[in-house]
Amino acid sequence: MKRRSAWLTAIGVLFTVVMLFPVYWMINVSLTQTSNMRKSPPNLVPVDGTLAGYSVVLHQQLPYLGASLLIGIGTVLVTLVLAAPAGYSLAKLRPRGGGAVTFLLLIAQMIPAIVMAMGFYAIYIKLGLLDSAWGLIMADSTIAVPFGVLIFSAFMSRIPDELLQAARIDGAGTLRTFGSVVLPLSRNAIITVSLFSFLWAWSDFLFANTLDNGGSLEPITLGIYAYIGNNNQQWNAIMATAVVASIPAAVLLVLAQRYVAAGVTAGAVKD
Amino acid sequence: MKAITQERSRIRKTATRHRDGAALAAPSRGAPGSRARRTLRSTQWAAWAFIAPVVAYLVLFYAYPLYRNIDLSIRSYTVASFISGDAPFAGFANYSAIISNPTFAPALINTAIFVFASIALQFAIGLALAVFFHRNFRLAGILRALFLVPWLLPLLVSASTWSWMLNSDSGIVNAFLGALGIGPVDWLTSPTWSLAATTIANVWIGIPFNLVIMYSGLQSISGDVLEAASIDGAGGWQRFWRITFPLLRPVSAITLLLGFVYTLKVFDIIWIMTRGGPATSSTTLAIWSYQLSFGSLLPDFSSAAAVGNVLIIIAVLFALIYIRARHRLEGT
Repeated sequence: MKRRSAWLTAIGVLFTVVMLFPVYWMINVSLTQTSNMRKSPPNLVPVDGTLAGYSVVLHQQLPYLGASLLIGIGTVLVTLVLAAPAGYSLAKLRPRGGGAVTFLLLIAQMIPAIVMAMGFYAIYIKLGLLDSAWGLIMADSTIAVPFGVLIFSAFMSRIPDELLQAARIDGAGTLRTFGSVVLPLSRNAIITVSLFSFLWAWSDFLFANTLDNGGSLEPITLGIYAYIGNNNQQWNAIMATAVVASIPAAVLLVLAQRYVAAGVTAGAVKD
Repeated sequence: MKAITQERSRIRKTATRHRDGAALAAPSRGAPGSRARRTLRSTQWAAWAFIAPVVAYLVLFYAYPLYRNIDLSIRSYTVASFISGDAPFAGFANYSAIISNPTFAPALINTAIFVFASIALQFAIGLALAVFFHRNFRLAGILRALFLVPWLLPLLVSASTWSWMLNSDSGIVNAFLGALGIGPVDWLTSPTWSLAATTIANVWIGIPFNLVIMYSGLQSISGDVLEAASIDGAGGWQRFWRITFPLLRPVSAITLLLGFVYTLKVFDIIWIMTRGGPATSSTTLAIWSYQLSFGSLLPDFSSAAAVGNVLIIIAVLFALIYIRARHRLEGT
């Protein structure tokens, strides 16, 4: 039995190595000298590696990274403020027509981003919101809000009704109950929704490229995109930027792996 | 959907509660039922106060852009008419124009191939891996967590990495194939392979999602059933196809539907890797819509919006098929 388990572990490690090879390759290329880039066959490990790509990132990409951080945090705040009360209402207060709202949230996720982008473009061009961080934050939040509401309502429906009744008997109104009972108990949901909305805003390319192309606060995805367009030779710089842009995903995985899996599952299985 | 039936039963419950309240209040001879009705009304107020921001948000940030998009598709818009606001009404002319456009047929076929190949491979590989990881060996948890990485990376990062890996001259994939004696494949620059190349990258990104959901589906299957089958002499293969797989059917259905909806929308990966080219060889409907609008120096927003709406119609059609299939399943 033990022997078999060791075999399974070995096969599992092999699968994981194959699956993660592109990630390794990204890191490897980011450390490769430009002169070795076209070598055939390519170096499998970064022999006489260079940090030149990373120094380019430090010199050119910091403003983009800062912009992405700001837009990510803005999106998280907008998503939480909208989604948490709505989730509470759907899970515990049972508004008339709540089912219809849930249904609309599911449908909303089916609209392709390109369609949303054109709609936003038509609206923003009139309101003068093109190339603004706020415009992009609101657009990015549309990726996360429906998911956020569904996650919050799934998590909050597990809070026992007795707790809420006890709060009411103690004289707390709906708002107090929400603020001092429901929210503190929903820590996991808050973390899950924050993580995903940050990551989605951080990773967004389509909205950034259509609504914020040329603004003063351009996110990192546009930084990489400009590299790909301009200098096809400097692949170590492109891949170094890609590695840096992947840091939030890595942090998320290390710190909050169980929330990630919970989020994926809850978003899909709940309906 | 289920949500609606739930809502109906909720309303019914509220109604019953209401009636009980009235019955209790009646003997007190004051205004019968008024207190119960008032608390009910005030909780309804609170409930709506909490959900109102999201409803307003849905109207402002979904319904209105969608309305603008439909409006775009039935008028002839240019960048100039965006600002002036007057674009002549065109009716369904934009729709008939895109259908008779020579790009329409290849875009539709490419979309179909891309979507079905992607979800078939993602699902098969994800399910196989879920079954594998379900056997709980040492390190299984950590390895399963590492499998999430491709799904968490920004799509742009994955797409640029795959672009370089599939580069004809300097890519590692061709170096590997060369070592096996297979000649260099022009993954991104030949019309034969560009769609396959983007599909491979997309499958890689989608495997983790399928793995995680199918794994959670497997965990909900009781071990007793499988044990009973095992005692009755069913082999591993038989147990999977006769018991596990049928029991996973509801989870599989929702996974495939979500996979379909997500894959239909895919834009970043294809745009970064091939921009829909060479020619139209990897142009999907989403890519075509972008090419017509933002990807062109003379944007044709009206046609682009029409293509986008065709995409929505396809997504909704499949969702309806799913809902019908589920109703039938639940009915039996």
